[in-house]
Amino acid sequence: MLSAFWNGFVIILTIGSVLGCWWLLMWTKGVSGRDDDQVGTTGHVWDHDLEELNNPLPRWWLMLFHITIIFSLVYLVLYPGLGNVQGVLGWTQLSQYDKEMAVADAARQDVYAAFTDMTPEQMMASDEAMGIGRNLFANNCAMCHGSDGRGAVGFPNLTDNEWQWGAGFDNILVALKQGRQANMPPLGAALGEDGLEQVVAYVQSLSGQNVDAELAAAGEARFAVCIACHGVDGKGNPLLGAPDLTNDIWLYGGDADTITETITLGRNGAMPSHADILDQEQRRMVAAYVLSLSQGN
Amino acid sequence: MTYNDKISRQFAVMTVVWGIVGMLVGVLIAAQLWIPALNFDVPWLSYGRLRPLHTNAVIFAFGGCALIGTSFYVVQRTCHVRLFAEKLASFVFWGWQLVIVAAAITLPLGITQGKEYAELEWPIDVLIAVVWVAYAVVFFGTIAKRRVGHIYVANWFYGAFILTIAILHIVNNLALPVTPTKAYHIYTGSVDALVQWWYGHNAVGFFLTAGFLGMMYYFVPKQAEGPVYSYRLSIVHFWALIAIYMWAGPHHLHYTAMPDWIQSLGMVFSLILLAPSWGGMINGIMTLSGAWHKLRTDPILKFMIVGLSFYGMSTFEGPMMSIKTVNALSHYTDWTIGHVHSGALGWVAMMTIGATYTMMPRLVGEKEMYSVKAIDLHFWVSTIGVVFYVASMWIAGVMQGLMWRAFNDDGTLTYTFIETIAATKPYYAIRLLGGILVVAGMLIMAWNTWKTMAGKRPEPVPAADPVY
Repeated sequence: MLSAFWNGFVIILTIGSVLGCWWLLMWTKGVSGRDDDQVGTTGHVWDHDLEELNNPLPRWWLMLFHITIIFSLVYLVLYPGLGNVQGVLGWTQLSQYDKEMAVADAARQDVYAAFTDMTPEQMMASDEAMGIGRNLFANNCAMCHGSDGRGAVGFPNLTDNEWQWGAGFDNILVALKQGRQANMPPLGAALGEDGLEQVVAYVQSLSGQNVDAELAAAGEARFAVCIACHGVDGKGNPLLGAPDLTNDIWLYGGDADTITETITLGRNGAMPSHADILDQEQRRMVAAYVLSLSQGN
Repeated sequence: MTYNDKISRQFAVMTVVWGIVGMLVGVLIAAQLWIPALNFDVPWLSYGRLRPLHTNAVIFAFGGCALIGTSFYVVQRTCHVRLFAEKLASFVFWGWQLVIVAAAITLPLGITQGKEYAELEWPIDVLIAVVWVAYAVVFFGTIAKRRVGHIYVANWFYGAFILTIAILHIVNNLALPVTPTKAYHIYTGSVDALVQWWYGHNAVGFFLTAGFLGMMYYFVPKQAEGPVYSYRLSIVHFWALIAIYMWAGPHHLHYTAMPDWIQSLGMVFSLILLAPSWGGMINGIMTLSGAWHKLRTDPILKFMIVGLSFYGMSTFEGPMMSIKTVNALSHYTDWTIGHVHSGALGWVAMMTIGATYTMMPRLVGEKEMYSVKAIDLHFWVSTIGVVFYVASMWIAGVMQGLMWRAFNDDGTLTYTFIETIAATKPYYAIRLLGGILVVAGMLIMAWNTWKTMAGKRPEPVPAADPVY
């Protein structure tokens, strides 16, 4: 809210400016009158031949000017504009938003009611449910996971049936509701330069990539710092969101440079919670749709 | 006593040069929107850095050179006196070129304040302020020593433009420098946004409207060889225009964190602005109305009449887009881009080109440009280009607005953002074609300029006799 001074300042300046336009029109009319038949020049000449006629203001133009002035004054009575004056209609942009959302939300309830009791399998079999799921996915998930769900660097591919946090409808539902925080600590300092090179080679060898066998063998011993999360055999741990390193599916990339970067600097994978963005019914719909993406594989 | 036309010659040539440069950058970024790979993964060729270079080059380099050059030409001839402080005028020319070159280097390097149309960092802002004050001294000094009683209407508009731009530039760029390439603005949050768009919209209002109306008020009656239609109308629309434009900025901030009442004021005054804006169009078109038959033979008048028509369209469209319900559809879409270019290419560039074609031969002691046919060709190429540009962006903008707001019964949006981009792609190609045509027209102008001006050593033009 504006202080009394600024409120008055705004009101006076606003109304003064609007009425000033009106005064300007009246003033010009009063000073020069209207003689539509005989329009002479003002009598001034510049640059040899520049002259000015003194035609009256076009009537339609004057009307237009007056209409905009009247509209403005009416508008300022109806809507907020004059400082703290709220306006007769009581409109705010937030109330307009709330009103429109309430209408949309009410319409939405009926649509979702039909799916409340469906199992994931039933939803996946329903074209309508999958259509809604696809819409929700496109609106809320596609910006990271891609409109086809194939992900991007740092954002998991949802179509390959490889699940960092565990497979199945319920796990997806948890991810949607709570979000996921995957955290790999930086280990560059712990391994040292030689150790780093060896572990990188070993990690690559796990998924069958061609690497220097000697380096990889040396790396296997150093892999001890990794097994807490990725397991002795490197198959990962869905409880921690630690990826399987043996299947040649890579979240950040499986080349030596990228793995070196991953180990040196660590990684933070964050999926935000959607508890406040999607309600329970919507989350179930999205989970079923996401599950359906990998059903072909 | 003679006129100093050297300064106007310098600015006229640089108007053409910077016009071509600025519009070429525009063509490149238009092509990038169509085919993003055209940034070749080079940082300084990326859209984000070249877009401000494009806007700065066409507004402040092309438009600025046109305004300063013509204002020096006009103020001398309508004051019947030689330019005041000519060395200072020379400094204005070289200082302004230095500003432009500094912009052309720093913006591609990514050195920016991040304020639209006020991207240049503080050392360049200081230089602009100094050059602008020098410009004001030369212009108003010339008016002060005029040898006519009345100040011609063109000079009111030029004067308002010079004075207001100084205030806008200084207030919007107040900042605390920390390094030679970084300063922090003294405003924060909504206040910063409000100041920025007070500046931004008045850059449109005073740089691109009032300044070019000044140009119009001299060159249209000169080229049409007839009197200005209505002195009375010029008084009313001048005072109404400069008083009301000041309020219109908040329409750039509809449905944001800006308080409701400020948004309303921005909208209300934008609507009132319609009539004052049209006052200038009426005065221009009615001045030409005595010379309709000349349109058959004089392509310069064609530029002017089409320029004034686009001015009328843009200043109708602007108030409409400021209405909250319309803005809810148009905001953030390419409709805005279409609107801006109907003003910038349709009004500003057409009027600049017309005025330059009028002024240039007189600056070198000729009656007309080397090739009038080339002017006619330029007119058609340019007009078709502008129509392609504006029409494609109108369609694209309305389509984007409708696609963004469409939603399904289940509460989701009907279209993803990328789908709206894909739908816009063909229109980006048409827009690119329009831009290429406009640049092609400017190249014709460059050739004609060369043929008209090269090697000429004109006699100084004697000043008109004093009139009191």
